[in-house]
Parts: sequence; C-alpha cells; structure tokens
Amino acid sequence: MNLNLLQTLKMAISSILSNKMRSFLTMLGVIIGVSAVIILVSVGEGSAKSVTERIESLGTNLLTVNIMGRGALTSVTYDEVKEFSSFPGVDKVAPSQTSSTTVKYGNKKMDSASLESTTMDYLDVLNYELSGGRFLIESDLTNRQRVAVIGKEIIDELFPFQNPLGESITISGQKFTIVGTLKEKGSSMGGSGDNKVIIPITVGLRLSGDTGIRTIYVQAVSAEQVETAELYINNFLTRKFKDEGNYRVFNQTQMLSTMSEVTGTLTAMLGGIAGISLLVGGIGIMNIMLVSVTERTREIGIRKALGAKHSDILIQFLIEALVISCLGGAIGVAVGISGSVLVSKLVGFSTVVSVNMLLIASLFSILVGIAFGIYPANKAALLNPIDALRYE
Amino acid sequence: MALIEIENLCKSYVMGEIELEVLKHINLNIEANEFVSIVGPSGSGKSTLMNILGCLDTPTQGKYRLDGIDVGSMHGRKLAELRNRKIGFVFQSFNLLPRLTALENVELPMVYRGAQSREQREKAVSALEMVGLGDRLHHRPAELSGGQQQRVAIARAIVGEPAIILADEPTGNLDSASGKEVMELLQRLNRDGATLIVITHDLEIAQKAERQIFIRDGVMTEARKEMTT
Repeated sequence: MNLNLLQTLKMAISSILSNKMRSFLTMLGVIIGVSAVIILVSVGEGSAKSVTERIESLGTNLLTVNIMGRGALTSVTYDEVKEFSSFPGVDKVAPSQTSSTTVKYGNKKMDSASLESTTMDYLDVLNYELSGGRFLIESDLTNRQRVAVIGKEIIDELFPFQNPLGESITISGQKFTIVGTLKEKGSSMGGSGDNKVIIPITVGLRLSGDTGIRTIYVQAVSAEQVETAELYINNFLTRKFKDEGNYRVFNQTQMLSTMSEVTGTLTAMLGGIAGISLLVGGIGIMNIMLVSVTERTREIGIRKALGAKHSDILIQFLIEALVISCLGGAIGVAVGISGSVLVSKLVGFSTVVSVNMLLIASLFSILVGIAFGIYPANKAALLNPIDALRYE
Repeated sequence: MALIEIENLCKSYVMGEIELEVLKHINLNIEANEFVSIVGPSGSGKSTLMNILGCLDTPTQGKYRLDGIDVGSMHGRKLAELRNRKIGFVFQSFNLLPRLTALENVELPMVYRGAQSREQREKAVSALEMVGLGDRLHHRPAELSGGQQQRVAIARAIVGEPAIILADEPTGNLDSASGKEVMELLQRLNRDGATLIVITHDLEIAQKAERQIFIRDGVMTEARKEMTT
C-alpha cells in the first residue's frame, strides 16, 4: 500500500462532509447502539452494586434462618430461639414474626404496613439506627408492654407534621405507645425497610395467636465464626425437624453470590439487547456504503485509471466506513455517559460506567465499521476500471 | 527498441455463446516522442485498443510491450502500477473528481505513487503552471470552464512524467476555440518530448498527427503524413 493514510483520512472526511445529512443518519444507528449499550449496562452494573452494598451493609456475619411450613411441628418457639444464643459462635439472636397490618392514628390510617415482632437485639443484628427515642428493652418483653418503634415511611404517612414519640397508634384494635423512631434505611430485596412497625415479640405472638417463629436473624461473633454458628444451628434444626427440607440457613456470602448471579444475567441481557441495536447500526453503514460505491463508480474508475490499486480503493472505502462508525461510537460514548448520569438521577441509584465497558463499546463500534465496511469496500475495489469509467 | 511494440495482438470478448473478435491481428510500433492518432468509427475497436494501450485491459492473444515491459502477462496490482507510472490519460469528459480542487486532482497520480507530500505539491503546481492554470490551483472543477477543466486533466496526465499521453477524444466536449487551445497544448507537450496518442473520430484533429492509424472492424491500417519541410 502506497497510499498515505493521512491523505485517505482527509478524503474520507471530505466525502462524509459532502453528504452531511446522510452521514449523520448513518451514524445515528451507531450512536444509538453504543449509547444504549453504555446506558443499559451501567444501569445493570449500578443496580448490582447497590444490591451488593445493601447486603454487605448488613454485615458479613449475619445468618438468616427461614423455617418453612406451619404448626408446632414445623416451626420453632420463642423459647427455642432463646437457646440459639448459647450456641458457640453466636453473638445475638433476633427472632422475627412479620405480618401485614393496618396502623391507625386518630383518623389517619395506613394499610399494609409491615408489623414485625422481635427482640431488642434486632436493631444491632440488622444494622438499624434510631432517629429518636429508644428501641425495645428487656422489660418491654418480660412485661409485654404495648410499645412500638416505627420506620420512616410510617412516620411520614401518619405524623407528617408532629413528633410521633409518646403518641398512641392502634394495631388490630390494640393501642401501642410509640417509644422510638428508626432512621431511613432504603429498600432491599424483601421489600422496604422503612415501612415497619416493630413491637415486642411477646406481645406480637399473643396478637397473632401463632407461637411459631419462621424467621430468625443470627449475628455471629465474627465473620470467621459464621460457619461454626451455622453448624450448630443446623444441628439443632435437623434434630428437631428430622428433615433438612423444612428449613434453610443463609449466610451473606451465599446471598451475595446468588444476587450477583441474578444481576450479572440481567446486565448481560441488557447489554445483549443493546448490542443488537449496534448490529442494526452496522447494517445501516453497510447499506449506505453500498449506495455510495454505486454513486461513485465513475470516481473509482478515474482513480483506477490514475493508478489506484485494489488495496488503495479498498482502504479508502473502509476508512470511510470506519470514520463513520468511530465518530458514531465517540458520540455514542458521550451520549451514553450523559444518559447514564441522567438515568441515575431518575431512578435514584447510581449507575456505574466502567472504563472496561467504554473500551468494549468503542472497540465494538470499530469492529462494526470494519465488519460492515469491508464488503462494500471490496465491491468498490473489484470494479473493472473500463466499466467504471463508462458508468454514467 | 520502440516505446510501444504490439505484435499480432487480438482481443475478443465472449458474449453468451458468441465470441466477439474486436481486434484482429494488430501490429503496431510507436517510437518515443511520436504523435500518433487513432481514428475509427464507433464500434470499430478503437476504444478497446486504447484500453489495451492504457493498460486498463489485457490482450487475449499477442504481445504488447510498453517501454520494454511485457504488459500481456500482468494483472491487477502490477497493471495499476504500470498505469500510474507510464500512462497519462486525458478523457473526453475530463473525468476530474468534482470534490477536489484543481491542485488536488493533479496530485492524485502522485498520491497513488506514494510520493512525499512536498514533492507532490511542487510537481502538481508546476504541471498546472505548464498548462497555464497557475492562478486556478484551488478552484474546483465546477468553477472552471470546459477548456480549463481539460487543461487540469492534461496537467494531471503529465504530472507523473509518463511514457505516453493517451488522449481519448480530448476535444469532444469542447467548443472549437477551447478545442483548438487544448490540441495546441497537447502538440506543444509533444514537441517538448512527450509521446502523444490521440484517439478521435475527427479527421481534422487526426491529420495533425505524424501518423494516423485507422481501425475498422478490428483491422488496422496506417497512413503516414507527408513531411513538409
């Protein structure tokens, strides 16, 4: 190849500029493709990151025990849960019984609030923080005090303009005094962490008439002790149920890997869909390049008569396709980054634009240029100069 | 050794099942610095002969040696290089690239030769000056008259110092005044040492040449001008 690359580039740009509207529309396919890849993948990665962070914020030494089934035979009682505290490796235990309920305050009413009956360890085990008042204390449980600690959503709904502390709310016809309020926690899998009314478990069990506890949060002494604690709890439950299918013990590591599998699949799917639009953009380039080759048949003939070789013409048209796809790719990256910033403002979690992804998106747009430019370019290069010169 | 040696050259095309013989047993020698015209009606085969002379096409049979190089055995890349170095084309319809300026058009053959940018520019400028368009370097073809466009094309033909200038109906698209100018320019280049081959059906132009080659139905005859001294 004798042809000076810089000169070819100049020629390609001047030919692209000579047909601005068409070039722009062709580029648009690549712009949309690349920006869609960046936006969608950044949303996928962002949501994966926020889920991971939330799980990690619970601490890596958390164990969650879920009991399946109903009735005394297939559930644990509050007294049995208390035994968990004595297992090696276990630091704190928070049994939990949840149900959906209606909370009333004066003439205000909030439906489908989550009523959670638990113990004083709950706050530490699940990393909640108080914004005011106090949490449940030992005497609340032993004396079956009708006290409640409420989450941010409940406060906003029932006490928009006043301090809820000391006020009475009605749950299932019983009055509860609000002794504490929780700081905002945000939602995680398993629903909102703020739409919550927490009451002493001794009160809750009576209220529901069900002595079975189906969820137990266990905090291990340290991350290293998680396995020991898990082993003892497993032992205990196997002995009780004689069947491992009746319960499940999760630790956070398992939870993390399950979640990252799910979000990874999601991200790949989003990326794949966006990749298809990039492919369509590539076909647009091929289409326009084929038109361009036909239109410029005479030019190709002239160039060949003046001594342009097969490779010269090939490279000329290939570079034209590449300039379109790379320029489209560059604009697409810019649009994609600003788009993902915009999306993160709209959906409320931060999207993640990784350098890797930008590289892949740019590389892909170059590849699209080559893959879809090579056929038209080769078609141009193969033209017979005699026929091409005669072409009107 | 002549600049162009053509020996028993035949060219035929296969159209479906019929083999069409376009050129039949052509023998032709052209010396350096000659001015030769090739005359014939349309369909006579003169365009085919021009294409072969210009290394755009290869003969089916026979020998064509240009400047000592056997063209018949060449293909693709080699043929392109040969065109670039040995042939300067002038076409009836000028065939300038409309998006390029006069200077850029003239530079093209040098671009494909891989010349350095400075050398390219200098040679292109001096070629344009030689055809009297030193003040039109940055005009695009659309901004030039027909005669000026053809002179740009001639500058493009001579910029690479080719062995032959091959002009195909160079005055065909021009009014008689510009046509006369263009012929005078070509003849001047011939007097200055260029080998000139003009393909035409205009006998008046053909008669300006020292040798006239007639082609009819693929067969060649020749007339040599009486030298008036």
